[in-house]
Amino acid sequence: MTGWLERLLGRLPLGWLQLVHRPPRFAAALAGVAFANILVFMQLGFLGALIESIALPYRALEADILIAASDTNTLADSSPLPRQRMYEALAVPGVAAATPLFFAKLDWKQPDGTIRTLDVFGIDPARDSLAILRGNPAADALKRADHGLVDRRTRNPPPGLFAAIEAGEPYSFEAKNRTIHVAGTVEIGGGFAADGYLVVSDQTFLRLFPQRAAGAPNYILVRTEPGVPPARVVAALAAALPADDATPRTLADTVARDQRFQTTQRPVGMVFGFGIVIGALVGSIIVYQVLSSDVADHIREYATLKAVGYGDAFFLGVIVEEAAILACFGFVPGLLVALGLYAFVSASVALPLTMTFARAALLFAGTMSMCVLSGFVATRRLARADPAELF
Amino acid sequence: MASDGGGYPVEVAGLDHWFGQGEARKQALFDVDLRLAAGTLTVLAGPSGSGKTTVLTLIGALRAIQKGNIRLLGRELAGASADALVLRRREIGFIFQAHNLHDSLTAEQNVRLGLEVHGAAAASRGQAAARHMLDLLDLSSRAGYLPANLSGGQKQRVAIARALVGNPPVVLADEPTAALDRESGLNVVQLLKRLGTARGTTTLMVTHDPRILDLADRIVRMEDGRIVAEGRL
Repeated sequence: MTGWLERLLGRLPLGWLQLVHRPPRFAAALAGVAFANILVFMQLGFLGALIESIALPYRALEADILIAASDTNTLADSSPLPRQRMYEALAVPGVAAATPLFFAKLDWKQPDGTIRTLDVFGIDPARDSLAILRGNPAADALKRADHGLVDRRTRNPPPGLFAAIEAGEPYSFEAKNRTIHVAGTVEIGGGFAADGYLVVSDQTFLRLFPQRAAGAPNYILVRTEPGVPPARVVAALAAALPADDATPRTLADTVARDQRFQTTQRPVGMVFGFGIVIGALVGSIIVYQVLSSDVADHIREYATLKAVGYGDAFFLGVIVEEAAILACFGFVPGLLVALGLYAFVSASVALPLTMTFARAALLFAGTMSMCVLSGFVATRRLARADPAELF
Repeated sequence: MASDGGGYPVEVAGLDHWFGQGEARKQALFDVDLRLAAGTLTVLAGPSGSGKTTVLTLIGALRAIQKGNIRLLGRELAGASADALVLRRREIGFIFQAHNLHDSLTAEQNVRLGLEVHGAAAASRGQAAARHMLDLLDLSSRAGYLPANLSGGQKQRVAIARALVGNPPVVLADEPTAALDRESGLNVVQLLKRLGTARGTTTLMVTHDPRILDLADRIVRMEDGRIVAEGRL
């Protein structure tokens, strides 16, 4: 390592030699950097999981464009809109199909008395509404009253339940004074709001939620004709529909808007952002402490080197060298621990935590600049090294 | 080397110096004149507080000159900028009373620091030069030792190696024997003198150690900020 650094720097790797000369302090500094990295990785992981889990239910839809009530912010808080808009949409050039989607929440009571909250999709089983139903052998069962499909990635289900359902075992549960027969499973994946999803027909949906009207779905799913850009159809729809109760957006736009709303307007998104700032602060302070006490410990040696004729650039280089070493050697264990925690959290609370290369690269760059910045601040102590006082 | 300086590597003329501010301002040097001939070992002697070390730090470009002139290797130090002073220090080998070795570096690495200040070209032959210098000081078997594992005399010899490895034309030493016992102190000064003679180095040494006075080519005595006597042996 010493030889390699020496070739890289073209001089004695003084910073490296100083760091390894005091192993306990070096280890503590690396642990501090690693800790800050883990903290930020976890916050980024949760933030990423939030963003990803917002997109998951949208991806289950068979739609290029979503028409929603104008006041809609997220998937779950859309007001019903008149089904009339669906027929108006079908008259717009470029629209190949349009179908209503009902949305509500339902408590799924477990044998132990606890509750799983399911987001319920009510669809017209005669038409293609959900991409996830393509090729699903149980999809036909939706045409029967009080039959539904449950998300197999629902959080904390009764053990072995979904395997039994897929094997054909009958399972039913009570909700809203009705018995729901679970005919099979779909795969969507829960998030921060819902534990899982239930797919039923629009008729079953209206029986479960009698206060809802058949003429007022939450969304209208629109598919465009092949070769027609959805953006152009969105513009045509916006012109055709009354702006005060219905807003068409491409599926991608709807997802992005929902994600932006939940990460910037809801506390959960801001909590993670705050955690990232805290992690960066903790790391910077630890690195600053280590580097500035290292400068203080070597003030006499630095004064000697000043007397010999080394300039400020040399000392800055040494401290930046130390900062870069702390960043690199602290980042690797931080990344490894974070990967382990990601796997653990994904498995235990069913949130989509995944490490992306971009996130790792971003955090490495952040760690490096945080360390180097702390190093720059630590060099202010160098001014105290007065070579004239050595004699 | 110094074409217009009459061949003196170090010329001090009319040097005054003050410490402190305002009421507390106190004059430390009074009209000091000193010329050091090339290749000689000059001892600056005198009681503590007589201004010896101040003269040394001024010649060594470690302090800004307030009044008077110092020509180091033919070039004036008075009025030079702080950055220029840093560069001028590279022409000098410094030996301090305390060895001031870097405790994280081996003897050889400490010596190399004395060379790398001269830039990448010097650094590239650093290892060989440092080895050779340690050889000359009879320290080759200690090259890989950290300062904590060296004796006082060995540490001071490493410090001398660090000062001399860059072949400086001028060496300034401040009581290099103070921390050493009689024998190693004598050894260190003999070494300095031998290397100085062989390399033509001009050496100025502050000391009040009477044991080494007879090794000097010339002795300059200071008292109360003035040069009061000169002797040649």
